[in-house]
Order: sequence, then C-alpha cells, then structure tokens
Amino acid sequence: MQTADDAVVVARGLVKRFGDFVAVDGIDVEIHRGEVFGFLGPNGAGKTSTMRMIACMSPKSEGYLRVRGLDPEHDGSLIRAGLGVVPQEDALDGELTVLENLVVYGRYFDIPKKDARLRAEQLLEFAQLSDRAKTKVEELSGGMKRRLTLARALISSPEIVILDEPTTGLDPQARHLVWERLYRLKRDGVTLILTTHYMDEAEQLCDRLVVMDHGSIVANGPPRSLIEEHVSKEVVEIRLPEENYEQLTLDLGDRVERTEMLADRFCCYTDEGESLLSYVKSLGYAPISELVRRASLEDVFLLLTGRSLVE
Amino acid sequence: MATNEISFRPGILAGAHRVRWTRSLSYFFLQYRRTWVSSLASNFVYPTLYLTAMGVGLGHLVSAHVGAHAATLGGISYLSFLAPGVLASSAMQVGVQESTYPVLGAIRWTYAYVAMVASPLRVTDVLRGQLAFIAFRLLLTCGTFTLVATAFGAIHSPEAVLAVPAAVLCGLAFAAPIAAFAAKQDYDGGFPVLNRLIVIPLFLFSGTFFPVHQLPTVLQWIAVATPLYHGVALSRSLALGHGLTWVSLVHVAYLGTLAALGYAWATRTFQARLAK
Repeated sequence: MQTADDAVVVARGLVKRFGDFVAVDGIDVEIHRGEVFGFLGPNGAGKTSTMRMIACMSPKSEGYLRVRGLDPEHDGSLIRAGLGVVPQEDALDGELTVLENLVVYGRYFDIPKKDARLRAEQLLEFAQLSDRAKTKVEELSGGMKRRLTLARALISSPEIVILDEPTTGLDPQARHLVWERLYRLKRDGVTLILTTHYMDEAEQLCDRLVVMDHGSIVANGPPRSLIEEHVSKEVVEIRLPEENYEQLTLDLGDRVERTEMLADRFCCYTDEGESLLSYVKSLGYAPISELVRRASLEDVFLLLTGRSLVE
Repeated sequence: MATNEISFRPGILAGAHRVRWTRSLSYFFLQYRRTWVSSLASNFVYPTLYLTAMGVGLGHLVSAHVGAHAATLGGISYLSFLAPGVLASSAMQVGVQESTYPVLGAIRWTYAYVAMVASPLRVTDVLRGQLAFIAFRLLLTCGTFTLVATAFGAIHSPEAVLAVPAAVLCGLAFAAPIAAFAAKQDYDGGFPVLNRLIVIPLFLFSGTFFPVHQLPTVLQWIAVATPLYHGVALSRSLALGHGLTWVSLVHVAYLGTLAALGYAWATRTFQARLAK
C-alpha cells in the first residue's frame, strides 16, 4: 500500500458499524507526523467513532487501519503507549487531587513513580495548575479540568495526541489558553488529531481537516483551500423586506455564484462583495442592514452538511 | 519560566511494552486510601455487633434449648456455629457491594475505566485489577472478622485461619459474575433487586444461622444448590478445625467454578462495554 513515509495514521475504507447502524462508512484518511488534523461534522457524523478507532479504544468493523505503523487489532496496547487521549468526558477522578490524577495515570504507562511525579509537576506548570496540585479535582472549574485532562494526556510524552472536542463548554479565555498550549505541542513535533464543533477553532488550529457527514468524508484539505474550493471569497449578507427577496434573486442572475435565503437575511456568495452590494443598491433596493465579510469555514460546513438541526 | 523547559518531544517517557493488571490495581488502592479508616473501622464494628447480638444474646437462648439435642449443632456452642457462617455471608455481601456500584460507577459516573483503556492497559487488565482489589477488600474484611470472632471465643483451632481464604473465595464467586452483570447496566436500578432476590434470601436460608437440614426437604435441596451454602459449609468446617475433606474440595470446586465462569462472562461484558 503506497503511503507517505511520515504517515502516522493510515485508514482505507474504514468502517464502523453498531448493529445495523453504520457510524463510519468507508473513509480514507492519512495523517502525517507533526500536523494538526481536524475531524469536523455535525453530531452523529462519525467523528468520535473514527477517533476511538484511531485511539485503539474501539475495534474497526471493516477496512484497513494503521496507527504508528502498527495494526490496532494486534498491537493496541503498544500503539496506545505512544498516544495521549483527551476524551470528551474528562474522565478525571473528582475525589483525587490534581497531582494524584496525573501520577496514577503515569502508572498506567509504567512510568516509575518518581519520574511520573517530576513530569506531573512540569505539566501542571504548563497547564497553569501548579497552585492547584493538592486541590481535589471536583473543586476545579471546567476550563481547569480540561487543562488537567490535556496535561494527563501528555504524561508519557506521546507521539500523537487525540482530542475529542477539546474546548467545548469553555469560555473564550479558557479556549485561547488551550489553543496556545496546543501550538506549543505542535512546535515540539507532536501530531494532534482533534474533533471540534467550532469552525474558528478548526480554521485557527488545523493544517488539514476533513468534513464528515453521515459517516462519510465530504471534503478534505487545508481550511483555506476548502473555502476557495467550495464557496466564494466573500459573502454579502443583506436584510430587505421579505417580499423583495425573490425579485432580487432574479435581478442578480449570474452576477453571484450562489444565493441563499434565510429566515432573517439574504446571503450572496461572490468574489467581489463591495461591488455586488453597490450593484444591489443601484437597482433601487434599500437594505435594512448589510454586511460584507470574508467567507469562512462555517460557510463551507453549512453548505456541505446542511442547515437542518441534527439531534 | 519553567514552562519553557518542559519538552514535548515524543518518546521521552513512552515505552510501556509490558502490560500488567497491577497498574490498574494501583488506582483502586489510591482511591481506597481516602476511605480506608472508616472502612476498616466498620470491619471491626459490624462483626462485634453481630456476634454480640446473635452469637451471645440469641446464642444463649439457643444453647439452652439445644442442650438436650446437642447433636443438631454438632456439639458446639451456637456462637462457634454462627461465626464462620457470618464470615462467609459477610464475604458475600462485600463481594456484591464491591462489584456493583464501584463497577457501574467506573463506567458511567467517574469514567475511571475509560481513562484506563485509553492508556496501554487492556480491558482484561482493568477487570483483573478490579477483581484483585475486591479480593484485597475481602481479605481485609474476613481477616478482621476472624480476629474479632477469636476475641469472642468463637474460634478454637489455629487451623481456623484457613476459613479466611475460603471466605475470600466465596466472596469472589459472587463478585466476578456480579461485576459482569454490573458492566451491562445503564442505571443502578438492578442492584437493590439483586439484594432482595439473592443476597438477603441466601443470607437467611443458606446455613448461616441454622443447619439447612432443619428446612423442609425441597428447601434443603434449593439451599444446597446456592453458592453461599458452599461458602458457609466450607468456612465452617475449616473454622471448626475439620481440615480439608473431600466434601470441602467439592465446595472449593463449586465456588472456584462459579468465580471462573463469572470472570469469563465479565471479560465479555467489560469488552462489550469498554471497547465498543
């Protein structure tokens, strides 16, 4: 099988089934050493199932999978020795102290207690939790718990860190702190694989990402090229009296790549936002409000996975 | 700042190629350190209360009555008859208690098992560590119980120390299959039912308080089929210094088989739950 030498994860036709339900429907993924790779998609798209297979915590149903060059089916334990996992639920022991949580986790990796303790103290510094070392975990805020879970994943100096929604539920300050810490890992050559619901997070962090929907990959590439590939450079959002929308769609014709009518606004996808807006006004429309903005990953995401709620 | 000194260059500490269940056991010990004082205290208080009320109080009445038919209890005091029975019953109760809420909790509430299986530990290491910890708790409970019973004068032979491992085996014969059952639960609603349908009836009718041959024939057969009957009978014969007879080997084989089958079943339910 032809793969790049530095591929740390290779999946071909990877399938995960739960009974009749197909959670992951034959995906191909290749993740390279040192990159930040993202899995995006609505709830139930198969992101977490994929991550769990890569983390060797869930057996594949079908297909080919290699992680760190090994087969999870036979070498799960050996592969996991080089992985750090930040699960969606923190899985910290609330009644143990911050330091105890780290040190006992080091035991699982067979790290001698003295080394684990030393490493734990450095990691607490890194996660800005040094002054909380003796605090019971149940007394920590959500952001602190998340940082502790990240620190725990780093106890064995893993080659790959797998993060399932690393910043969900955190306030902006806490999110930025986590991002900044993830950059540090990347700088030292750690491969990061993450899932996220936040498009700004994916755009900021990921070198490459895939968008998943209904168990399949619907887009694949660096964030910027996905935007260029799937949507225009800019988006013009305008609000008009509702009865005008239909006529405006006709008037614009080929001048826009695509239009979209939402409950509260009308979106035009174009490479020349300002000039399109002037044209709209020159036709005699008087928008109640208007906005010209750069197209974002969120536009790609909504285009590919739809606007209907997944629950 | 020290933060700048830490390196995340991969591979500094990774390298756990040997897999051992003792590593998951270290978590359960760490957790136990929080509660060991109260847990050990109750290990002393509970048998003291029991042996005072039932052994001494009720035992006085029983001995007065049995006097004429001493053979019913094999010619020993009621206290000496009761103590090994309660020993095995306590082992059952601790075995059940330690394999219900702690197992479901580690799956559903604290996610402790989830954290373990994300590390090099395998599902079987988690299970073995959990069962080893339960065995340790059983050893502690049964050991202290035997000490208290000795203080009460219910134990007469040094050989009685063999009743302790016998009771531990009895506890594991319950803990292993119940851990398997617990790993299949979504909520704890099944546990009180387990208590009402299994633990309490066995406690009352499997020979703890009176010889099962006092029961009507049909109930005798049922009683003899239960694991607790074998645990009680085994502990009692060892505690009374009868040594290992072929009957006690049957008890050991029964309890050992149940524990082994429970372990095999738990391997499947843990795997199904933790490595979906």
